[in-house]
Amino acid sequence: MSIIWHITSAVAILSTLMVVTRYNPVHALLYLNVSLMSLALLFYLLGAPFAALLEIIVYAGAIMVLFIFVIMLLNLGKETAVQEKKWLKPRVWVGPMALALILLLEIFYLLHTSQQMTGGPYANGRGLGTAVSSRAVALSLFQTYVIGVEMAALLLMAAVVGAAHIGRHKKTNLHRFLNEDHPL
Amino acid sequence: MSQTLNYILLIAGMLFSLTSTAALLIWVERRMLALWQDRCGPNRAGPLGLLIVAADTLKLFFKEDWIPPFADRKIFVLAPAIIAATVLLSFAVIPFAPEILIADLNIGLLFFLAMSSLGVYSIVLGGWASNNKYALLGALRGASQMISYEVFMGLSLMGVVMLTGSFRLTDIVMAQQDYWFVLTQPIGFVLFLIAGIAETHRLPFDIPEAESELVAGFHSEYSGMKFGMFFIGEYLGITLISAMVVTLFFGGWLGPVLPPILWFTLKTTGFILLFILLRASLPRPRYDQLMEYGWKILLPLSLINLLVTGAIFLFTS
Repeated sequence: MSIIWHITSAVAILSTLMVVTRYNPVHALLYLNVSLMSLALLFYLLGAPFAALLEIIVYAGAIMVLFIFVIMLLNLGKETAVQEKKWLKPRVWVGPMALALILLLEIFYLLHTSQQMTGGPYANGRGLGTAVSSRAVALSLFQTYVIGVEMAALLLMAAVVGAAHIGRHKKTNLHRFLNEDHPL
Repeated sequence: MSQTLNYILLIAGMLFSLTSTAALLIWVERRMLALWQDRCGPNRAGPLGLLIVAADTLKLFFKEDWIPPFADRKIFVLAPAIIAATVLLSFAVIPFAPEILIADLNIGLLFFLAMSSLGVYSIVLGGWASNNKYALLGALRGASQMISYEVFMGLSLMGVVMLTGSFRLTDIVMAQQDYWFVLTQPIGFVLFLIAGIAETHRLPFDIPEAESELVAGFHSEYSGMKFGMFFIGEYLGITLISAMVVTLFFGGWLGPVLPPILWFTLKTTGFILLFILLRASLPRPRYDQLMEYGWKILLPLSLINLLVTGAIFLFTS
């Protein structure tokens, strides 16, 4: 199991790097997809099969499709790739790299200390964690965290109402004879 | 060791039988369409015209496999592979018979939904990479159609999950020993069937490739075996949806006298023929009608179905 974990992690990191460095937005999004799928596999290995498949259904299957949809509509051509190339100069990299380095050091530190405490980076016995059944997920969602779920539902409702408002049809009168209120 | 060997043989056998089913469906579809439209259909090559399969496959193999110079090469090649791969992966969780099953996942149903949601990429990327306006229009339609119909495809199945208490497909089949779920979940069955036709973009809902308006939609620029992959993906998709309908609503392999695998094959064949009959008899709706139908009728219906099932379930248990 451990070897699969390491391979998947390597794929996740590599694909995420590719997301940042691609000039073509569609290629970048495809790598992001690979990254999401490897994350899903990592969830699965850590014992959360439900979360793993929701990651694929929601993120890879719906949200990323909408991203690609919008980019297709924008019809970005060669010019955008050139512009991206201009923006991704080494000078631009310094700031984000420094910040990411701090996070990386923190992760190493945490991994190191937790290893000392529990005897392994992901030690729950020797497996990669105990599996959480979908029943357990449902119970914690609708008992322990029910307020969070309700609040998220409220937020989504507001978004739906907003979208319905923006997408509302305006009545256009092409001609007084074609007016719906005054049929001929 | 022999267990591993058995497993590998099972996977190889399943791949072989699925791809040959897809090839055979070329002949079945043409003959059945001809029957229902009062024509003869292909009847010259071989017995009953069966060799039309070989002729079609050879033709596809020997056609020039052309990539247009204005296309995005890598994605253009990748797109047809995605549909075949995702559909074939979905078959891994389907229980054909008690012992003929590749992966008995405890979240098998969700795995099927995840794979079918990834199948959208094939159409979207194929249409975008072709760099052709008809292909792009087809891809846009395909993306919106498949995302809309996916929403209630999942919701329509939740009634079955509620009755079984499990996402594992073997459990769902075993729970139908007394009666088939089509009796208790008739609305769920109809909704899933409609969503399945839309997911495989078969004829009443083949808006992404509507040949009378969009040349051939998202695969206008494809030729040779790459086009063949889209074709195989479509036929495998029909087989997949039929197999899922049988597993979820018609008792899977369960049945008297005959061996389980034969029951499964018989029921699945029935639904494949239904898919072909739909193609032979129904006209294509307009694009906005399709979207309206999905969001304004089918989605509320699936929510009501879920609500009623939940209420009855609460009162009886």
